[in-house]
Amino acid sequence: MSIVYFLFNQTLLFAIPLMIVALGAMFSERGGVVNLALEGIMVIGAFSGIFFMNWAQTNQVLSGMPLLFTSMAIAAIAGLLFSMLHAFAAINLAADQTISGTALNILGAGLAIFIAKTVQDGAQNISFTNEFRIESIPGLGSIPVLGDLLFKNCYITTFLGFLLLAFSWYLLMKTKFGLHLRSCGENPQAADAAGISVYKTRYAGVALSGILAGVGGLIYIIPISTEFTGTVAGYGFLALAVMIFGNYSPLRIGGAAFFFGFTKTISFAYSSIPFIAKLSLPDTFYKLIPYVATLILLAFTSKNSSAPRADGIPYDKSRR
Amino acid sequence: MLSKLFAKDGTKSVIASLISIFFGLVVGFIIILIFAPSEAFEGFGILLSGGFYRGTESFSQMIYLSIPIMMTGLCVAFAYKTGEFNIGVPGQYLIGSFVAMYISIRWTFIPDSLVWIVAVLCAGLAGALWALIPGFLKAFKNVNVVISGIMCNYICLLLVIQGIKSTIYNSTGAESMTIPESRSLPRTPLDSLLSTGDSNLRFVVAFLIAVGLCILAWIIMNKTQFGYELKAVGFNKDAAKYAGMNEKKTLILALATAGFFAGVGGALPYLCGSGKTLQITEVLPDEGFNGIPIALLGFSNPIGCIFAALFMGYINVGGNYLQSLNIAVEVIQIITGVIIYFASFTLFIKHVFAKHEANKRKKEEGKV
Repeated sequence: MSIVYFLFNQTLLFAIPLMIVALGAMFSERGGVVNLALEGIMVIGAFSGIFFMNWAQTNQVLSGMPLLFTSMAIAAIAGLLFSMLHAFAAINLAADQTISGTALNILGAGLAIFIAKTVQDGAQNISFTNEFRIESIPGLGSIPVLGDLLFKNCYITTFLGFLLLAFSWYLLMKTKFGLHLRSCGENPQAADAAGISVYKTRYAGVALSGILAGVGGLIYIIPISTEFTGTVAGYGFLALAVMIFGNYSPLRIGGAAFFFGFTKTISFAYSSIPFIAKLSLPDTFYKLIPYVATLILLAFTSKNSSAPRADGIPYDKSRR
Repeated sequence: MLSKLFAKDGTKSVIASLISIFFGLVVGFIIILIFAPSEAFEGFGILLSGGFYRGTESFSQMIYLSIPIMMTGLCVAFAYKTGEFNIGVPGQYLIGSFVAMYISIRWTFIPDSLVWIVAVLCAGLAGALWALIPGFLKAFKNVNVVISGIMCNYICLLLVIQGIKSTIYNSTGAESMTIPESRSLPRTPLDSLLSTGDSNLRFVVAFLIAVGLCILAWIIMNKTQFGYELKAVGFNKDAAKYAGMNEKKTLILALATAGFFAGVGGALPYLCGSGKTLQITEVLPDEGFNGIPIALLGFSNPIGCIFAALFMGYINVGGNYLQSLNIAVEVIQIITGVIIYFASFTLFIKHVFAKHEANKRKKEEGKV
């Protein structure tokens, strides 16, 4: 049984940040703005959050949960501000969104490392102490099975991830704002004619993606490392893939993120799973699983892809 | 005469690129000024003199750096003309590198003087074949090229690491072997003249191959039926299909051609006699991703890619020298990012100018 708990815990560590960032991407794209800048936004979010955390820990200003939440808030704000560059180019200046997204990826990585090196006398890595792992949540941790699965050796961010999933679904599918956002992604001309401000709504979509990607960048780093090295290792692009794989809808994005997180877990933890370890195939074989499986699944599910119809097309009022 | 030149679309693109570069450099200067105020002017001077700062040594460095990104830039640009964003370029580049190294080191039955030709060609073919995967998936299964490209990058990375480990592994350095100089590209007199710093470097032939392929790509794009079709598919897939073009075949062929360029790009720097090796780390090669800004800055024009790559080589050389002043080399990345950011909406600026001109004309006509 303990192996199941272990695999489940590891899956969550991969899946939750991926899901949060992919949900962010969804808000941007459902509003009609392609957001390729996720990688850059994640880097900026992780950088600002960890930078603050490093400062707070060395000066002993904050610790524990308050520190975690403050760092997350800072990551969110940094991500939000950075994503506004993309929103401005894409919405006001009718930019090619692929290009401005790429620009921000380059800029984000450059800025994070440049500032880190300049402030720390040439050292690129920013270290922090991981004091956020919860051994066992009092009460909940002692529930049989479920306690071991969810409430032991866990991070508060896992629950935040689930909350965000529910919130995203509700916001996109059940509120007026969600309806407006979706209409701006499908047919902005009609939305405009109905009195919705396409510009403002799209700004809101990109802003949500900035906030979520910023937070996602930070909570991707915390459990797996003790320092920020200036990169999030392609997770922004993977989140984009998860978003497309999840067909632009919240619940399916959640599913896609867990699928990817699980295959990723298998790929490095295979040696501790008895019946797989017995096969003694080369290491590479297992590492390939997440990517190959995603490709194959996509081949079968992409026929009815439901990308928003106005995704990536700048809104031009004169075409109404 | 001059006004006609300025009215041309190509000229407008060049001007737009130059404006973007200008703003990128201004932002770069401001950043250096904020973080290293005492050395700002000296540093910026070094940056601007980049490829000439230390005479032929810097110049040869610039050329050497420009070769791989010229090819990956060309790859992205070519695919972009069919409307696809080929983010799979790092994978196509990497597989080219591996194949070229494998052939140069292991296919000892080919004579030393000819092996580079086989290596470069096979690397290109490998890149093309690898690009077929996203091509087929898009054409027949409607899989988004961005996502299949990302997946193929990681798959390629893992396969190449496994490939190195089982064929050309150098266990002492935990990396790949190097291609012996005797089996690298031929060294020309010009190489000896330029590379005063490194007597083994041989980049002139590599540079000529890269430029030659850019010109070839321009000819394919603008003077052949295939080029016409791929641009038509890029403009409007449905219209192209309706006009009787096989849009699936065109898309697949275009991606494969693009992959060929990336594959060759992967081969060239390893064949330059610089002793470059492939690492056993799970990190995608920077040269692949760096092709994206080259393509964008070159306005997806193959000839534009030549100049964009040389420019990037130039400021990267300058950026390396900046480190002597304790200014982090990443300032180059920031400048590149800002340049591309501005380049993303120069279309909009062009549009505004066009509107302005149209209004002026209307007014003039009204007066008459």
